[in-house]
Amino acid sequence: MGEFAYVAPSNVADAVGVLHDHANSGRRAQVLAGGTDLLVQLRGLDKAPRTIVDVKKIAETNRLDIGSDGIYIGAAIPSAVLNENQELKSLLPGLIEAADLIGSTQIQGRASLGGNLCNSSPAADTIPAMIADRGVCVIVGSGGEREVPVEAFCTGVGTNVMTGDEFLLGLKFPRPPANTGDAYLRFIPRTEMDIAVAGAGVSVTLDGSGTCTAARVGIGAVAPTPLLVPEAAAALVGTAVDDEALAAAGAACSAAASPITDKRGTVEYRRKVVAVLCRRAGAIARDRALAA
Amino acid sequence: MSKMHIRTTINGDQVDFLGSPQQSLLDALRDEVGKLGTKEGCGTGDCGACSVIVDGRLVCSCLMLAAEAEGAEITTIEGIAEGDGLHPIQQKFLEHAALQCGVCTPGFIVAAKALLDRNPNPDERTIRYWLAGNLCRCTGYDKIVRAVQDAAQELAHEA
Repeated sequence: MGEFAYVAPSNVADAVGVLHDHANSGRRAQVLAGGTDLLVQLRGLDKAPRTIVDVKKIAETNRLDIGSDGIYIGAAIPSAVLNENQELKSLLPGLIEAADLIGSTQIQGRASLGGNLCNSSPAADTIPAMIADRGVCVIVGSGGEREVPVEAFCTGVGTNVMTGDEFLLGLKFPRPPANTGDAYLRFIPRTEMDIAVAGAGVSVTLDGSGTCTAARVGIGAVAPTPLLVPEAAAALVGTAVDDEALAAAGAACSAAASPITDKRGTVEYRRKVVAVLCRRAGAIARDRALAA
Repeated sequence: MSKMHIRTTINGDQVDFLGSPQQSLLDALRDEVGKLGTKEGCGTGDCGACSVIVDGRLVCSCLMLAAEAEGAEITTIEGIAEGDGLHPIQQKFLEHAALQCGVCTPGFIVAAKALLDRNPNPDERTIRYWLAGNLCRCTGYDKIVRAVQDAAQELAHEA
């Protein structure tokens, strides 16, 4: 690995202070959560010196609150911890399934929602699921705290809205209303532990008659950033989330996608598959809403 | 760069060591603490050869900085057996010939221990998914899975 220093501040003010000093003096600092992406990058070609700022000792990055209004998930909580929380799993099963798709048991022991988001890969599995679940990023810096919807967080491949001295504290989600279900599906050519060729997260809320009153659709790996697709959600609202509505939502996802051709799939293939994933995830979300 | 004083508990013993900020937990275990049982395979978290248990979680020690282990309780392959005898998982790996070159074996045994600590009676599917982050390029996985199943049975009889 390249040359770097390591600091582990125990509170937000100290962490912001370190990041601020670095930003002001033109030195490089990188925030460390679970490290499953960052440590691999540190072994890569970029050996430039930097300071690693481990934010795992800060209470706010480890806090998990499930309240009557909302849910707060600290940015550095490992997936394995989230997956063992039965209440969270029953409230946001699609999000937890998305987190559970990433990596092996060993990776699950370290990898976090916050890290997946801040790594800002277009193919990150949890981001479309967080978008579907109306996730909001809680970001802190020398200017104080600010909140950014997950769909507005990533600005390009590997880039996001956070500036020099900011870091992600956690993620907020509204507590899902009654008769709400979510789901996330991705396509990979193997059975597990691979990077998404395409992914889709769907959340639907139904009324007593089974008619959809609210929906959100997020898609991944089919554009430079994960996307919210309002047109797909609009195709579901007012319907029973039947095959016809799901097909329309899928078509909206294909239309919103601007994928590339690479070793994982072609433009045409990704456009087609993202529609299929939206339909299937939508049907699972609907069935969960009916059962909720 | 200056060394950092890192305090840990390894296999039940308090172990303090000096590590550099750039050192992975894997490198520190091998080079500073002298625990050579933990192996480096890929160094990128793909193969699981360096698996250790940190504060009850199975992790790749190549994907942790040594500095992150400050205050942590770590179990390595050296801490699996009790006394001079083999742990039942180790014994079953021998009986089932679930290893050839042995580089992946410490990681598999630590991962299997973490599984059986949590779930004493896993089905085959659970074992295969749990161990999917441990790669073996010699034996194939059937003997390994059978060894873990057999160890689970043995541990259940002991209990």
